[in-house]
Amino acid sequence: MLLLHLARQSLANRLLTTSLTVLSIALSVALLVGVENVRTGMRESFSNTVSGTDLIVGSRGGTIQLLLYAVFGMGSPVANIPHEVWKEWDEHPAVAWTIPYSLGDSHRGFRVIGTNDSFYERYRYRGGQPIAVAEGRPASGVFDLVLGAEVAARLGYGLGDRIAVTHGMSAVGFMNHDDMPFEVVGILERTLTPVDRAIYVTLEGISAIHMGWESGAPPMPGEEVDAEEVLAMDEIPVSQITSFFLGAESRALTLQLQRDISTSEEEPLTAVIPGVALAEMWRGIGYAEDGLRVISGFVVLVGILGMLVSIYTSLDARRREMAILRALGAGPRRIVSLLVLEAGMLSAFGAALGVGFVYAGLLLLQPWLEGRFGLQIPIRMLDDVQLLYVGAVVVLGFVAGLVPAVKAYRTALHDGLSVRV
Amino acid sequence: MTDEASCVQARSLTFAYPGGPTVLDIPELDVRSRERVFLYGPSGSGKTTLLGLIAGVLRPPAGTLHVLGRDVGALSSPARDRLRAAHIGYVFQMFNLIPYLNVRDNIALPVRITAERRRRLNGSVDEAVADAAAHLGIEELLDERVTRLSVGQQQRVAAARAILGAPELIVADEPTSALDMDRRHAFLELLFRNVTETGSTLLFVSHDLGLAELFDRSLSLPELNRVGA
Repeated sequence: MLLLHLARQSLANRLLTTSLTVLSIALSVALLVGVENVRTGMRESFSNTVSGTDLIVGSRGGTIQLLLYAVFGMGSPVANIPHEVWKEWDEHPAVAWTIPYSLGDSHRGFRVIGTNDSFYERYRYRGGQPIAVAEGRPASGVFDLVLGAEVAARLGYGLGDRIAVTHGMSAVGFMNHDDMPFEVVGILERTLTPVDRAIYVTLEGISAIHMGWESGAPPMPGEEVDAEEVLAMDEIPVSQITSFFLGAESRALTLQLQRDISTSEEEPLTAVIPGVALAEMWRGIGYAEDGLRVISGFVVLVGILGMLVSIYTSLDARRREMAILRALGAGPRRIVSLLVLEAGMLSAFGAALGVGFVYAGLLLLQPWLEGRFGLQIPIRMLDDVQLLYVGAVVVLGFVAGLVPAVKAYRTALHDGLSVRV
Repeated sequence: MTDEASCVQARSLTFAYPGGPTVLDIPELDVRSRERVFLYGPSGSGKTTLLGLIAGVLRPPAGTLHVLGRDVGALSSPARDRLRAAHIGYVFQMFNLIPYLNVRDNIALPVRITAERRRRLNGSVDEAVADAAAHLGIEELLDERVTRLSVGQQQRVAAARAILGAPELIVADEPTSALDMDRRHAFLELLFRNVTETGSTLLFVSHDLGLAELFDRSLSLPELNRVGA
């Protein structure tokens, strides 16, 4: 009780140094805990990009590459999948549903993806949430187009706007399919996944823009196909897709299906299980987070050292105080305990304040982080790792207090009663 | 070795700081219980060293020193700390108050640190503090910060701290050097009254010979100490 009283009064007496020390520890702890929060949030956002899909299938190639173009909209496939091959798998008895993806076109830097109704019905993300249309309706006609939430927000498009789609992925296509005006019929709810950054049309829509382009070059004069002609067609042929998402009739069939698809003689395909592939990919890019962790560890070390320095330098000014306490009968243990207690209180206050900073920061920044980076960091109790960090900082604080405490005791003993101002 | 009435008894006491020359060599020193002794010594005559030995901060390397019946030379450092804390009230030259505590907490400090001294109080710590403060005329100042007090007030706080819990021996190291003549006498009167009430022994050290006549007995350190001679 006496020690606590003394420590409190003494810290209060040096309010400025005390607050600065507490602040520096608080900032270190906030960084450490915050980095851990962001790390967990990142990993969760990442692994929740797709859910409910058992397999993602594309032309034969690397797992990561398939994941990148099919899920994250980065890079492009090596080859396409013939329409009839997809259809065969779609009708396979072990397959419950598929979502076809036809990639390769863009509008002002955003990917245009050809798909069908399954996308709106079956696509799931973050723990099974379905895609929802915020305004309008899903694309069903050849020139219908649905915008991801971010595309709509960035480009300022609304329902009824007419849009040209670029062939290839450059931001300003020099070969615009501007004879094929698409119309915005729907805008999707924000999902905080790559879905927000894509534009969705029908498979037929993708085929229509490529009519006359079968050779890969613009149609020769006289061979152009215009919108009226397309609309007049009974059925628009879809010859190929890029990849498809697949739901199996039962989870148990997934592995068998994966093997069957990957070893199919008919067409070289690769099938990946999203959870497994995402985890593998995270391991690959997760080194950055270790770096972050190391840095925040050093910051904590610096914070503790700062505390050590501030206690240590204050000792000289407190020699007299220590000598008085000794003269009045405070034994070595009391003197050491007093300083260790002070250091411990500093680090405990600092740690508590730091955790407070993290929660306050999350409350303030959460909407911005979600909107800007699609990063969802849930506000919840500290996890075990974070508790361990905070505990370690407090313990380190107490231990750090031992150094000046022992020094103070020695000095006090030496000064004895003969202390002069 | 020591009779009941002896408070401080030194025989062939010598002391030297590590690596330094001998600064004290006292063949004989006796202070009896309830005596009020004035110890005169100019600066540099080893006053503070002698007080350090009596208070148990320094350990006598040679000779015998008995304080309150205990052989100080034979006690361990923590045991000397306990002896000082429990039985000796110390009034410092510079008063040595803890700047961040208020008057009440400063006065109460020794009895809060030492359970043995707390047990000798009649009543609670707060009552004892109020009582001691009343005796020294500082009862109005109990909640003040010590840094806001005048020199005379600080001196009385230091005295109240030393007498609280009625230690058997009160050692005062030039406590009046910062006071003017009138205040010195007033302060000494207060101190004497308290010492008489509690039955404590008073060892008062000063270079100011003018105070000597107020005491039962006065000793001259240069005469006691063969080093200075």
